[in-house]
Amino acid sequence: MGQFLQQLINGIQIGSIYALIALGYTMVYGIVRLINFAHADIFMFGAYMGFFLAPVMTKIFGGAFIPTIIAAMLITGLLGFVMEKLAYRPLRYKSRLSALITALGVSIFLENFCALPFVFGPAYRAFPDLIVAGNLPISASLGLTIPYVLLLDVGVSVFLMVLLFWFVNKTLIGKQMRAVAFDKPTASLMGINIDVVISTAFIVGPALAGAGGILYGTTYGMLGSPFLGIWPGLKAFIAAVLGGIGNIPGAVLGAYVMGISEAFATSVNSNLGYGIAFVILIGILLIRPSGLLGKFMPEKV
Amino acid sequence: MRKLFAIVLVCALIAGVGVGCKAKVGVVNLGGIFPMTGASATFGTSSKNGVDMAVEEFNTAGGAMVGGVKTTINYVNEDDTGLPEVGASAAQKLINQDKVIGIIGAVMSKVSLAVAPICQAAGVPEISPTSTNTKVTLVGDYIFRACFIDPFQGTVMANYVYNTLKLKTAAVLYDNGNDYNKGLAEYFKAGFEKLGGTVVDYEAFTDEAKTVDYKPQLTKIKAANPEFLYLPNYYGSVALILKQARGMGLNVPAGGGDGWDSPDLVKIGGAAVEGGIFSNHFSKDDKSPAVQQFVTKYTTKYGEAPDALAALAYDAAGLFLDAFKKSGSIKGSDIRDAMKNTSFVGIGGAYKFDENRDPIKAAVIIKIVNGQQTYLATVNP
Repeated sequence: MGQFLQQLINGIQIGSIYALIALGYTMVYGIVRLINFAHADIFMFGAYMGFFLAPVMTKIFGGAFIPTIIAAMLITGLLGFVMEKLAYRPLRYKSRLSALITALGVSIFLENFCALPFVFGPAYRAFPDLIVAGNLPISASLGLTIPYVLLLDVGVSVFLMVLLFWFVNKTLIGKQMRAVAFDKPTASLMGINIDVVISTAFIVGPALAGAGGILYGTTYGMLGSPFLGIWPGLKAFIAAVLGGIGNIPGAVLGAYVMGISEAFATSVNSNLGYGIAFVILIGILLIRPSGLLGKFMPEKV
Repeated sequence: MRKLFAIVLVCALIAGVGVGCKAKVGVVNLGGIFPMTGASATFGTSSKNGVDMAVEEFNTAGGAMVGGVKTTINYVNEDDTGLPEVGASAAQKLINQDKVIGIIGAVMSKVSLAVAPICQAAGVPEISPTSTNTKVTLVGDYIFRACFIDPFQGTVMANYVYNTLKLKTAAVLYDNGNDYNKGLAEYFKAGFEKLGGTVVDYEAFTDEAKTVDYKPQLTKIKAANPEFLYLPNYYGSVALILKQARGMGLNVPAGGGDGWDSPDLVKIGGAAVEGGIFSNHFSKDDKSPAVQQFVTKYTTKYGEAPDALAALAYDAAGLFLDAFKKSGSIKGSDIRDAMKNTSFVGIGGAYKFDENRDPIKAAVIIKIVNGQQTYLATVNP
């Protein structure tokens, strides 16, 4: 029983990181129908920003976590904005395949550019400790503990999800986003500036990935290489599909399903852990092709 | 005028070749193939330094007697840039052009695997200092190596943990995407169980480039309550695993193989890797006189302490030159036979080859104390 609950906690932790990346995938897809493959690399970029900014922030503000995550979100948001302007906007009315290939190109560029020795370099980096390490004991008899960092991961992901949900549903620009997602030409005829809306999506999505990067660094304490985004990015993309791509709560739900099934599958057989997680995914998609929440909210954002 | 100049030039060239040939009496070429440029250039530099030193000592000591003629060695070093195809053409050049009596190299197994068939076909003995892949020496009977093969480290660590640390239960967590890690894990398990120990949990993960969260496996390992944690992985994942293990209160001693050998292990792992032990080929802190003498000589010559690659290259060259001297012949087959029956004592201890031309030799155990690698013991197979 204790082990079961501990694995559940492990899964929630893995899922929280996936959730923040999945939110960006789902949002950008909802509006421009583009799978932004470079999203995973923006996540990586955010993590590296945390690595470089945290010591500076500690010096200026004393505490590092909140200023670092805000600064990283601003920088990745800017990167997303520039990326859209340079790489995706010129192709907006071309075939969707060109945009997809461009996204792959941007992804490969970001990875390899950042791996250059004078940029981030390919070596391992120890991520600074932004919060106090330790565990919250839950039940001594079951040997159950919750790491502080897990509370932070879940707290930040849920907070940002709620914030995003509010942003999309309650603000004016959010309403414009939904209108563009629904019908681009008509929204344009109604006086909505599509460029502004799409730019906003490409700022908000990458900013969330940046936050995910900081949480990743804080949770694992190490940045492997500028290629570190590939796998979490792939898992998060699948999570977004699993939850129903374009659906915000769906992305978070999908991410937690992925994380938890990964933890349990690994604990059953660590050789097959990865595979079993994907089998579960295929199973769910066979039953619900539009994803877990895809059907209930046809209005895509 | 121009014609005259050309004739003079040709004459000079012919004369030059003649002089060259005359000087070669009593001198034979020995080839070396190492990555001198590219990502693993530091491996190549260390290795070449080791070979240079061995050749210099051999020549100073008087060389070998070949058919009554005193013969010294001229060392020809080639750059493989870390690529198998470049290594292969370097081997062709050394054998056909320089007529080498043997080749020391290469560093990486993939390059050695490209070089070995060429040496085998030409009947030129090759000895790799550091290629650990089992397949390298299986290419043929002219191919040797100076390092132990991967799985051997698993056996050594099992012996050390069971007999010296007196720990009876262990858990293993390894990368199942890599032959190196798998080999070590399997041999550790087999060795540990043969001695009477129990492997209470045997867990894998998929590729260190893909996995950063090891808590599902560690939760299971913790529940199995082992006395020792064997992590035959590379330093990056080892640091992460130990951080997460210590974070969840799994505080048993941990150990691994030479994949731990990097300053980054402590840089990333910090306090979590403290007290960890791992097997390696060589430690510059080994107190044996042979090692200390080598370290002093190397440091004086090159201005830095030798690493395992330099030590193994020095031993590989020493082993070859010893066989060359004993055989008293420049024929590949004679040198090969002398190498097969060698009883060379180098800085890595006494060398003997098994039937696959893999050496049977000791390994050192290194412990991380206060963030520094500290020599702990030498373990014989």
